[in-house]
Amino acid sequence: MGEAAHRYDETMPLEYRTQESRLNILGFWIFLGAEVALFATLFATYLVLFQRTGSGPTAGELFEVKDVLIETLLLLTSSFTCGLAIFEMRRGRMSGLIAWLLVTLLLGAGFITFELREFIHYVHEGATMQTSAFLSSFFVLVGTHGAHVSLGIAWMILIIIQLLQRGLTAKTARKVFIVSLYWHFLDVVWIFIFTLVYLLGMVI
Amino acid sequence: MGANSHQESFPWKHIIGFLLSLVLTFAALWVALSSGLPLKAVIGIIVLFAVIQASLQLFMFMHVNESDSGRMQTFNMMYSFFIAVVVVAGSIWVMQFVL
Amino acid sequence: MKWSEFFVTGEPLIYAADVAIVLTMIGIVFVLTYFKKWKWLWDEWLTTVDHKKIGVMYIICAVLMLFRGGVDALLMRAQLTAPNMKFLDAQHYNEIFTTHGTIMILFMAMPFIIGLMNIVVPLQIGARDVAFPYLNALSFWLFFFGALLFNISFVIGGSPDAGWTAYFPLAGNEFSHGVGNNYYAVALQISGIGTLMTGINFLVTILKMRAPGMTLMRMPMFTWTILITCVLIIFAFPVLTVALALMTFDRVFGTQFFTMANGGMSMLWANLFWIWGHPEVYIVILPSFGIFSEVVSTFAQKRLFGYKAMVGSIVGIAFLSFIVWVHHFFTMGAGPAVNSAFSITTMAIAIPTGVKVFNWLFTIRKGKIRFTTAMLWSLAFIPNFVIGGVTGVMLAMAAADYQYHNSYFLIAHFHYVLIAGTVFACFAGLHYWYPKMFGHILNERLGKWTFWLFMIGFNVCFFPMYFLGLMGMTRRMYTYSDGLGWTPLNVVATVGAVLMGIGFIVLCYNIYYSARYGERDMTGDPWNGRTLEWATASPPVHYNFPVTPVVEDIDAYWVMKKKYGGFHVKEEDLKPIHMPSNSGRPFWMSVAFFVAGFGLVFKWFALAIAGALFIVLGLILRSFEDDDGYYIPVDEIKRMERAARKGA
Ligand code: HEM
Ligand SMILES: [Cu+2]
Repeated sequence: MGEAAHRYDETMPLEYRTQESRLNILGFWIFLGAEVALFATLFATYLVLFQRTGSGPTAGELFEVKDVLIETLLLLTSSFTCGLAIFEMRRGRMSGLIAWLLVTLLLGAGFITFELREFIHYVHEGATMQTSAFLSSFFVLVGTHGAHVSLGIAWMILIIIQLLQRGLTAKTARKVFIVSLYWHFLDVVWIFIFTLVYLLGMVI
Repeated sequence: MGANSHQESFPWKHIIGFLLSLVLTFAALWVALSSGLPLKAVIGIIVLFAVIQASLQLFMFMHVNESDSGRMQTFNMMYSFFIAVVVVAGSIWVMQFVL
Repeated sequence: MKWSEFFVTGEPLIYAADVAIVLTMIGIVFVLTYFKKWKWLWDEWLTTVDHKKIGVMYIICAVLMLFRGGVDALLMRAQLTAPNMKFLDAQHYNEIFTTHGTIMILFMAMPFIIGLMNIVVPLQIGARDVAFPYLNALSFWLFFFGALLFNISFVIGGSPDAGWTAYFPLAGNEFSHGVGNNYYAVALQISGIGTLMTGINFLVTILKMRAPGMTLMRMPMFTWTILITCVLIIFAFPVLTVALALMTFDRVFGTQFFTMANGGMSMLWANLFWIWGHPEVYIVILPSFGIFSEVVSTFAQKRLFGYKAMVGSIVGIAFLSFIVWVHHFFTMGAGPAVNSAFSITTMAIAIPTGVKVFNWLFTIRKGKIRFTTAMLWSLAFIPNFVIGGVTGVMLAMAAADYQYHNSYFLIAHFHYVLIAGTVFACFAGLHYWYPKMFGHILNERLGKWTFWLFMIGFNVCFFPMYFLGLMGMTRRMYTYSDGLGWTPLNVVATVGAVLMGIGFIVLCYNIYYSARYGERDMTGDPWNGRTLEWATASPPVHYNFPVTPVVEDIDAYWVMKKKYGGFHVKEEDLKPIHMPSNSGRPFWMSVAFFVAGFGLVFKWFALAIAGALFIVLGLILRSFEDDDGYYIPVDEIKRMERAARKGA
């Protein structure tokens, strides 16, 4: 890290102003690239295994459109509100930023609640992770996504606390921006879960 | 498209992105459950819709191509997409002999 | 679980190892206490975020692991020397080839390469540190504790025994009851996370922290290979992460991914493993190509021939290496279309590799060659690696592979690429950069002894294996019967292995000898080097460069020497330097990973959760941390520069 690490560049949005922030943001993008590979492997596993249901239920027997649609809309909207939070941040409006982040959190929590209900429902029907290769790969793929969302919620809470403590600085702005990238990315993953797991499971 | 392109006063981009995502979601749902198209066509269309929607998120919400690293970020995401296709399609193709 | 199962019992070799481990630990504690070095250890090493020190720690671990893996290798060779030997039983042999393979690749070759890249890359690009120094420390400690977890398996709980590829169903609960393969899954997971973070860290470092003037096409070749290696790591390691997680789920939580019933598909494991596995072999070979390029160009005293072709071929190899994985299981039965496609992509890799061989040859051509130890390793690499490569193309022909597969022909092939490629490169890099790491040169005479012993031993050991393979000897067999005609060649191979062992001992002695009597390097540039690392003192001051160098061409330092007589720093140009602070958190968080991993291995979930909670605690503390590092004032820099240049 040279002197540049703390040089300010006033023409950029707050989150890009220090060299350190720019390194962090690029680093996070690259991490997201790795996450793509990670989820791709889970999708590959699921798609290879999802018709191998053993003596357990099939995807078509299990999935219900309504639940999935609610989850999808919750997460999609939360991605939108998270974008609005960044929009407010770039206008320098702290109150708007925090408000939209809180809305995002609530929507995320709603998503997790519905997902947990869905999982519990399956387990009650006797469809557990141990039942068949299909269900193992289903629970691990969708569960990994759910774990990411939960982590995102916890992380966002930490950052809201820091925003309240420290105000909107180059550093907190960068943190907000990075967590927003993470959040949008989880929506991207969900789009594919919606398509390749649920829709596909219901048509085949 | 730099990060320093001036800030608008109304989040048009986000709203358009959101509406398009909603449309694509419901369109995919319709294609899958009610269109009555043959299976292969259904799969092709819904995957295409998913890819479009993912790029909407990347460009409208995540601003993948902004900042002085925009090119690297975009290239990184494109390459990861290539890897994803290789891993998913490759695995399905390679393993289909056991299916 | 009973305590008698917790500790591995019943093997004299293991008891001896137990004693040795306990004695070594007592010895270390005693020495540290006696010389009052605990604080030094903590302040200077365990909490450091300095890329050079982290690199040194990686290399120390790698050499230790080379020893462990080498002992495993010698035990196997001893068992195979003559027919019907009773030295190792079948189970013990299984465990040993498994730990040998896993350790050599993941805990020897990887950290050796990562260690060298830690030391060299920031220096070569004129940076003060890596992009994320804290993360770098975390990467190292995760690797360290992952390796530790893997290594304790042989005295606590039992080693994995399903091969380094851990194929299902053998590696599943149905056929491997003990905890051995849990160790495999969890330990590799922990160190793999560390490796992934290293990949991200160095990619950002190289992309964003190069000295002014160093465009991509002016980067040293080693840095180029690391850049591409990072890309491979970033996209390949997540696949391993998932594969290992699924393995853990199957073994610990009873899921059905790779099982034999309920729809599980054991062959899917092989598919996932090799999607990671093939890029992995390029992760250890590309940096080796980089090392050879640096060494060859320095000691031929010429600019690397065909720089652009070299870069192009690295990129080409990186791209191809993701689409060849099936060549590791042609015989699984995927059918002619799949096999042919992957056969063709595999053979295509030979083209860029061939390009590189010619580049090195043309660099050497008409050069004023200096036969240093590092150069000897590099020169020997070329023909030996070509043998490995050519036999690789033979294996790439899917139909022919039905004959070669899993025979000693394959063993010979991959040792010819892994040893003549990676290990030779590690030794070349070690000798070449040793003065940068420690400030003194490794003794050249002893170095040449190591070289000849090891290089000849290597060929004596592995060349016969090609023929053993063709004669029908299969891999992973723990003994064979008399009268097959395999005995003479096996005896020869063992002799070669012993020669390599002696070579390694000479190397270790050389490290000791040179530390005591070795020639100090006062200049910082003992080899008349070409790249920026040689513009620093040996060893470099912790901020590397007092002012950021400006790069005008490929071989930046060479150009500086020609134009300005060296890298000169005017005292009035000095500015305060910003440096990151040390942190103990990477260390204790990795301990928490170790504890959580241990709990998972033995299914002691309370322990696993406790470890996980500490990991979470570490993350939270990191998030709230508000430490922006510190500045070194100009006076301090002046003082340190004078001291370093005097060779104090
Ligand atoms: C020091 C000299 C070495 C000797 C004498 C040696 C010898 C052997 C032998 C005898 C086997 C087992 C063959 C069998 O029973 O199937 C083996 C396997 C293997 N070796 Fe080495 N080896 C050496 C160095 C290395 C190095 C440096 C690497 C990697 C960088 C390596 C990687 C492997 C791997 C991956 C396997 C396969 C393990 C398995 O079957 O699961 N070896 N080696
Ligand atoms: Cu391969």
